[in-house]
Amino acid sequence: MRRRRMLQLLGAAGCLPLASLLPSRAALAAAPSFPPVRPRALAFPRDHGAHPDYRTEWWYATGWLETAEGPAGFQVTFFRSRTAHDPANPSRFAPHQLLFAHAALAWPGHGRLRHAQRAARVGDGDESTRFALEDTAVAVQGWSFSRDAATGRYAATVADQALALRLGLAPTQPLLLQGDRGFSRKGPRPEQASHYYSQPQLAVSGTVGFEGKSLPVRGRAWLDHEWSTAVLDEESVGWDWIGINLDDGGALMAFRIRGRDGAAVRWASARLRERDGRELSYGPDAVRFETLGTWRSPRTGTSYPVRSRLTLGQGTAALRFDIEPLIEDQELDARLSTGAVYWEGAVSLRHDGRTVGRGYLELVGYHRPMKL
Amino acid sequence: MKLGFWLAGGEMRTHPWRALSALAAIAIGVALGLAVQLINTSAVTEFAQAVRAASGQADLEIRGPRGGFDESVFARVVTDPDIAVASPVVEVDALVLGATATAPGQTRTLKVLGIDPFRAGQVAPALIGAPAADGADLLADDAIFLSPAAQSWLDLAPGATLTLQVGLERVALRVAGSLPGARPRQRLATMDIGAAQWRLARLGSLSRIELRLAAGASREAVTQRLGAWLPAGVFVSPPEAGDIRAANLSRAYRVNLNVLALVALFTGAFLVFSTQALSVVRRRGEFALLRTLGWPARALVRQILAEGAAIGFIGSAVGAGLGIAAAQAAVTLFGGDLGGGYFAGVAPALLLDPTAIFGFVALGTLAAAAGSLAPALEVARAAPAQAIRSGAEAALFGSGSALRRLWPGLALIALGGVLTRLPPLQGLPVAGYLAIACWLVGGIALVPGLAGHAFAIVARRVSPRTHPLAFLSTQRLAAAPGQAGIALAGVVASFALMVAMAIMVGSFRDSVDRWLGRVLAAPLYFRVPIGGNSAFVAPAEIAAIAAHPALERVEWMRIQQFDLDPARPPVTLMARTLDLDNPGERIPLTGDALARAQIPAGTLPVWVSEAMVDLYGWSLGSRQTLPLGGRAVAVTVAGVWRDFARQHGTVTLNLADYQRLSSDRGITDAALWPRPATTPAQLTEALQRDVPATRHLEFGEPGAIRELSLRIFDRSFAVTYLLELVAIAIGLAGIGATFSAQALARAREFGMLRHLGITRAELLRLLALEAAGLTLFGIVAGGVLGLAIALVLVRVVNPQSFHWNMDLAVPWGLLGVVTALLVFAGIATALLATRQATGAGPLRAVREDW
Repeated sequence: MRRRRMLQLLGAAGCLPLASLLPSRAALAAAPSFPPVRPRALAFPRDHGAHPDYRTEWWYATGWLETAEGPAGFQVTFFRSRTAHDPANPSRFAPHQLLFAHAALAWPGHGRLRHAQRAARVGDGDESTRFALEDTAVAVQGWSFSRDAATGRYAATVADQALALRLGLAPTQPLLLQGDRGFSRKGPRPEQASHYYSQPQLAVSGTVGFEGKSLPVRGRAWLDHEWSTAVLDEESVGWDWIGINLDDGGALMAFRIRGRDGAAVRWASARLRERDGRELSYGPDAVRFETLGTWRSPRTGTSYPVRSRLTLGQGTAALRFDIEPLIEDQELDARLSTGAVYWEGAVSLRHDGRTVGRGYLELVGYHRPMKL
Repeated sequence: MKLGFWLAGGEMRTHPWRALSALAAIAIGVALGLAVQLINTSAVTEFAQAVRAASGQADLEIRGPRGGFDESVFARVVTDPDIAVASPVVEVDALVLGATATAPGQTRTLKVLGIDPFRAGQVAPALIGAPAADGADLLADDAIFLSPAAQSWLDLAPGATLTLQVGLERVALRVAGSLPGARPRQRLATMDIGAAQWRLARLGSLSRIELRLAAGASREAVTQRLGAWLPAGVFVSPPEAGDIRAANLSRAYRVNLNVLALVALFTGAFLVFSTQALSVVRRRGEFALLRTLGWPARALVRQILAEGAAIGFIGSAVGAGLGIAAAQAAVTLFGGDLGGGYFAGVAPALLLDPTAIFGFVALGTLAAAAGSLAPALEVARAAPAQAIRSGAEAALFGSGSALRRLWPGLALIALGGVLTRLPPLQGLPVAGYLAIACWLVGGIALVPGLAGHAFAIVARRVSPRTHPLAFLSTQRLAAAPGQAGIALAGVVASFALMVAMAIMVGSFRDSVDRWLGRVLAAPLYFRVPIGGNSAFVAPAEIAAIAAHPALERVEWMRIQQFDLDPARPPVTLMARTLDLDNPGERIPLTGDALARAQIPAGTLPVWVSEAMVDLYGWSLGSRQTLPLGGRAVAVTVAGVWRDFARQHGTVTLNLADYQRLSSDRGITDAALWPRPATTPAQLTEALQRDVPATRHLEFGEPGAIRELSLRIFDRSFAVTYLLELVAIAIGLAGIGATFSAQALARAREFGMLRHLGITRAELLRLLALEAAGLTLFGIVAGGVLGLAIALVLVRVVNPQSFHWNMDLAVPWGLLGVVTALLVFAGIATALLATRQATGAGPLRAVREDW
């Protein structure tokens, strides 16, 4: 789902003009073969770990923090990418596997995002960049994200001059397996799919640091772990995604993949976990995003539907939620590196006029259609 | 002031060629010196900037042997908390192959840097390629990015295929984009470091690691900490050290070329001297008149100095223009290499360094003014009342005892002798050059006195009755050493310089020739194409070659470069097949050597070039540490040998020892002995047929290699031949000037002689005898002086500059021919110069005494 961002991260690290990790051709090299995602039951803790055979994988934590100055939003993401570099290359430096990390903070009173990133190849001798197969344990040059096998608690460490996060994320609920027991389709073709599970309602505690300050924070977070090989089809230009922790203890994930001609939706899906743990699944016909209000970036001129109505189900049984951003300007501009501009930010969810949940919204492909 | 212009202008108009020749000599000196300076500055700057672009904003740099160091160093470096970014680099000077087979000697070397874009982006963003099509190409295993200069040089656009020679194989890489951050003329390629290690056969090794330190970390502390554990031969140093290395690379060569330019300037000053001396004689009446009319002596001195400076300034300006043009041409055609092979692959833009330009113009002007000083002082000293009378010319540079005094010259020569004993100053033979200057000036100062004595002795033995002309001429030469001194000094100086250069170059050539004969013992050689370090012969091919039936014996050689001192240019490591009981059979040892039994246990024998003794103190028998394969290996210097091919030091060791201690199994050169009844040409053909990879090797027979080497030698010394010509021209100009002056001054004498019944033909013979006597004396004196100077060049300047010794060899044939030519040219010049004076009728000549 959010693989695009990984590409942008790759670009953002040191302003590299990396537009894509996927090879358009390999004239003189033997390209590796990537396994397609097939339906299977996920097995834990093994599936908490990395799946290096697949092309892309991410551990993606987003959440709301309570601070003395008001509510704040954060995201910490670790991406793994298997490249098209010839697997026969025995060099220790051969970039078969890359790791990226990205962190952003929407702090009250600061109208824009603070963010930082790291990127490195795996296995070049620098042990500070690595991933584990057995459980979640991924690190990029001192930044890390790992899961404690005994408690299931995640620890996220981000250390940068612009931004430092040291957060513990403790599960309060079982995993939320997306799609069919963790097999999540992304498009009309069966190979367009990922293995995808979420860990909603993570209890966050830790510190946030910037501008020389270090502040204690608490909050609620959402973790996605997703791995896949398939490429979005050529008709797609971008997507909208939300992951929301509901105030009553429930959780909601929804996405749609937008087609070339504005209104057309290539694929959509949603999963709602109710307060009692019952899970409802919505297919492409039962997920609808409607724009309520747009925000126009003064920097890029791009308009984003930062306020929208999400409708799940049809007819009288339909559930309607309104999505409201924490701050409007949560745009990430990576044009200097990849040319990609997108919106990724903290939002609250309203139902029947009152706030029922908080989480993250991602809006991709509004600046320019994504090419892959 | 107006008067001054008038005086000078009149002189110029009457004798333009004299001033012009002086001007030309100054111009040549300035042009040569400036061109050398500009070319080298441009090359060094470009070289250093290319190096710096590659190290970007690094605070420190870890570097090791050219062949690389173990990549495990990187894994340990990144654990240092004070290091914020460590960017590993694989650097290969790769041979570029054309679409078709490239002729030997036409190879092109491209610097290829293997980088990790993620890390390099934080140290040297200029190295990050701009993918033309696909961003993933930055990490692709077959993609390479070419700087704009490299693209146009190789005529390859993105999408094209670049073929490199790695080992003996062709490796094809896809040009995936450009390097927009590269310097405009920088020929550079980058690719992913993992791809580079694999495709360029550098698996497991790194060339450099660029470091950026964490905020607040101390460079010294990190340097010390890393230095404590880095493997032998791997150094950590600030990137600025690269600049110093670049400058050191060609320093001695450049300084020696600059000294040649100074020699040209010196001879130019000498021409100014003889021109001005002559013109002072011609204008003695005018000057005396001016003095009596109230011009102070100081004004006269100023006038003459200003005339000299004017010649110097115009000559220097012309020379500066010529020098810039020559430098531009050289940089365009040869890429700023000065013929010394120091900056191969660098294509610099000419940098017009204003300091150098103004410096050389000032130097040329000063030299010319200095040349006018002696005549000016002479004029100022002359008593006007006496000088206004005719016949006072003898007083000018007169019989004065000042010139006959021998002690100043002797003192200078003694001082020069002391200077030859002094060690080099900062690696340069400064004292040696000063010694040459002392001997040259001292020798010239001695000439008039010696000449006076010598001609007096001859004159006493010539009977006026039997040989009246000889008597007259020797009397004359003995009596007027001052005037003869001017001519003689020119001849002595120019001939001495010519002899010195001829002997030095001759000795060098002779030594190189004999050295080549000794070094090239096998009937056939091959080597990987020269330039770059990407080509080598791999074990599989080595085995195939060694097993070839047409081959009786083969000796292998692996040439690598490594650092012993990060501030100095790299040292060459030459691992070769050796007979340890008789290494002198292959190595041209210069003196005693340790026998196999004398090598202390636990150490390896190495044989080092003379430069290793001078630069690093690796004297015979000493125990040293050699970094091999990342380890410090104890070695004993078992012998010292002469290496005319590498001036920065060479260490030879047995190939078996080298391969035991390093993982490097490739070889770069081989000496081949065919089976009986097989010619070298047949062996080459058979090898290239049966082991196809050997088609990428350059085969050569000793004769051809030797011929090529000597041709290169002659080309690099072409500039000295030009200077020899200049020196001879100056000598002749000195003779011409003297005789012109004398002809004027002696018009009355000639008239009197004609009056006494001497025919014009006899008069000319008289002059010819005088000229021959003078020239011969000058040649003898110049020859002796030149031999002495040659000794300094051969025994002091060359060993101190280039750390090689050579045997003195005098090119008698060349010197004999030049001597004969010079005598005839001297006589002809003298006769031409005096033709006018002798042509006047006797009556008019006698009457001229007004």
